[in-house]
Amino acid sequence: MLVSVYRYNPEVDDAPYMQDIHIDIPGGKDIMVLDLLQLLKEKDATLAYRRSCREGVCGSDGMNMNGKNGLACITPLSAVVEADKLVLRPLPGLPVIRDLVVDMAQFYKQYEKIKPFLINDTPAPAIERLQSPEERAELDGLYECILCACCSTACPSFWWNPDKFVGPSGLLQAYRFLADSRDTATRERLADLDDPFSVFRCHGIMNCVSVCPKGLNPTKAIGKIRTMLIQQAT
Amino acid sequence: MVTSITSFGRSGLYDWMMQRVTAVILLAYTVFMIGYLLFNPDMDYNQWRGLFDATGMRIFTLLALLSMVAHAWIGMWSVSTDYIKPTGARFVFQSVCGLLAFIYVVWGIQILWGI
Repeated sequence: MLVSVYRYNPEVDDAPYMQDIHIDIPGGKDIMVLDLLQLLKEKDATLAYRRSCREGVCGSDGMNMNGKNGLACITPLSAVVEADKLVLRPLPGLPVIRDLVVDMAQFYKQYEKIKPFLINDTPAPAIERLQSPEERAELDGLYECILCACCSTACPSFWWNPDKFVGPSGLLQAYRFLADSRDTATRERLADLDDPFSVFRCHGIMNCVSVCPKGLNPTKAIGKIRTMLIQQAT
Repeated sequence: MVTSITSFGRSGLYDWMMQRVTAVILLAYTVFMIGYLLFNPDMDYNQWRGLFDATGMRIFTLLALLSMVAHAWIGMWSVSTDYIKPTGARFVFQSVCGLLAFIYVVWGIQILWGI
């Protein structure tokens, strides 16, 4: 099959280019894209990409495969290859450090902005702060986010305003703490989001939902933040 | 919190709400106008004038006009902050939109109360 890989090494190349590599899959097996990258690296050791756990938990190998973001380690070739061709590009919208490795600083900055930790100004109890099973269930579909950035880098609003729009990943986490029964900073959290960019740059096109490798729904979480803002302000 | 001084209501929630409320008003006005024209196929000048002589229709039309201005401002402001990156060009674009909106309101009032 033909693999077309985005290559850019700022120390050597003047501009990014696409490198076409023909490769035979051993035994014609349906391997994961990450395994394919390993085969490519054996052919050309200068190819750079991030990877770690190889089972969709660490979120290191988010990349754009035939136009759709996803994790290379849990995406089988059969799910993305079209006409025996695969185009691999770095996550869109973030600065490229080298080849498929992007600079995630902007993404983490937005995550930091939503204060991703429990804030509770009541005196700490002798043991832990307890939740009922129902209160705990409110966090399902929110806490599973692995911060791979597939969603935020698939979002045009994040491409145009990565410094102002929190992005689907950050907003999913914002709601994760708004929905937590142990958090008492709801009012302050909402006040930080009530501007024309942080939440409201989301126009609900749901690219985030269609690419999330963990099957989460940031658009729904953003809708719930909006509902909380409305309930507080009307 | 991101500060914006050229957005319609400074607050994202307010702009979002206004965008939806004005959309409903514009939809109601559009449906009414299309319905009125469909149910009066052989309308003449006097009937058209009589329609806009009624105070209720003037209020409805002015409401739709102001809604259009608010709706357009919020929409065009979003477009400008997405796609026009140089601050000077963005400010000029927003100013032109604001000027046009003002002209349309004054012109619309003049037409409505001038007949």
